[in-house]
Amino acid sequence: MLNRALEWQIATVAAIRTETARTKTFTLSLPAWVRHLPGQHYDLRLTAQDGYQAQRSYSIASEPEREGEIDLTVESLPGGEVSGYLHDVLVPGDRLEVRGPIGGYFVWEVSRGGPLLLVAGGSGVVPLMSMLRHRRAVGSRVPARLLYSSRTPEDVIYADELMGLQDGGDGLEVIHSYTRSQPAGWTGYARRIDADMLKEIYRPLGGKTQVFICGPTLLVEAAADGLVAAGLAPGRIKTERFGPSGGSA
Amino acid sequence: MGERFVSRGFVGKRQMSAPGGRLPPGQHGVADFPVLSAGPTPRTPLEKWTFSIEGEVERPVRWSWEEFQGLPAQDFTVDIHCVTKWTKLDTRWRGVSVDTLLEHVQLDPKAGFVMAYCDGGYTTNLPLPDLLNGQAFVAYGYDGRPLAPEHGGPARLVVPHLYFWKSAKWVRGMRLMEQDKRGFWESAGYHHRGDPWKEERYAGD
Repeated sequence: MLNRALEWQIATVAAIRTETARTKTFTLSLPAWVRHLPGQHYDLRLTAQDGYQAQRSYSIASEPEREGEIDLTVESLPGGEVSGYLHDVLVPGDRLEVRGPIGGYFVWEVSRGGPLLLVAGGSGVVPLMSMLRHRRAVGSRVPARLLYSSRTPEDVIYADELMGLQDGGDGLEVIHSYTRSQPAGWTGYARRIDADMLKEIYRPLGGKTQVFICGPTLLVEAAADGLVAAGLAPGRIKTERFGPSGGSA
Repeated sequence: MGERFVSRGFVGKRQMSAPGGRLPPGQHGVADFPVLSAGPTPRTPLEKWTFSIEGEVERPVRWSWEEFQGLPAQDFTVDIHCVTKWTKLDTRWRGVSVDTLLEHVQLDPKAGFVMAYCDGGYTTNLPLPDLLNGQAFVAYGYDGRPLAPEHGGPARLVVPHLYFWKSAKWVRGMRLMEQDKRGFWESAGYHHRGDPWKEERYAGD
């Protein structure tokens, strides 16, 4: 993508799907669709009648094998200027100004090999989902694990699809941790991601593992530090963060 | 260009767009201090930390942490603009200006560019003039405290008039160069210079 100017284009909202109480997926038809790399994002720009504009970046959730359109999964933030508009105003058929795909570092495709360890907190799962959907779409059997931390089972985005991907028998394992409330009889992880959890999950994959971590800062810091402590080379760990810094400034 | 595109039903909040034109185009104000970086946070012990100026200079120079603390420092308050669209107004820092650092070396007249390099392997390139005349600092204090590791501590570059990825975290030195080279994000599709007021976010902007 070097030196190719990223032009704004006007997408049409083809569909809107409610994922969880706080997240929706927006399917956008793109007149100038370009194949993306899983992990990349689009910039989205809203313009008011008087010319006032607001921009945000959103990760692509869909696999690049789906031509002509992309899915963006967006969490509604309290008072969110752009996420609030997308959630509460936008309807199918509306048009949106976007440009992308953007970002050449936090990306993975099957040609880069594995094993793959994906660590997600909340809506941080979105760019990782693009990687998993791509892995499935091309029939890859690269060993992969997704460790996904959510507050409650109701907050899990793509829950059914993740179950289906795991049941595909192609070497993907999805491990949930529920930090606030767990289903009855739950025997899995029920705490924030920590070094012990990462050691258990990373060990079977081995030292050649490529790691992608996306989520709130505290989770990303804990996960990256934990994996370095478990002996993984820092150069194998790629991170993407969002949200407040947790007050530590 | 045709008619300007308007997003149906979008009004916007504009809460932060007022103060004296301090928001560059496409930016919005934040009250917290988001953290962004591409990998794990490096943690170099202060006794092993050094800061170097090398490359196109007559004699390279290197300071230990203690020596660096002995350099004349200043407090400065600036607005910072991240390419991911947030702007934080009135951030308070303490550090040494790059002008002060460069007084310790004899620059080769051919030197026109700088590559800042960091723990963890991050690099970013800057034209030398963007680092001069009080425009750039190596900062080790934030808001009256030592700079936290996730924000780039023990020390980071602060070049507030450019997008914040140019303000390299965990900075360990500057290499003076005759010719410009691409740093980490500049090799990954981001703009070479990154002026937020011209909205130079990506290559080709």
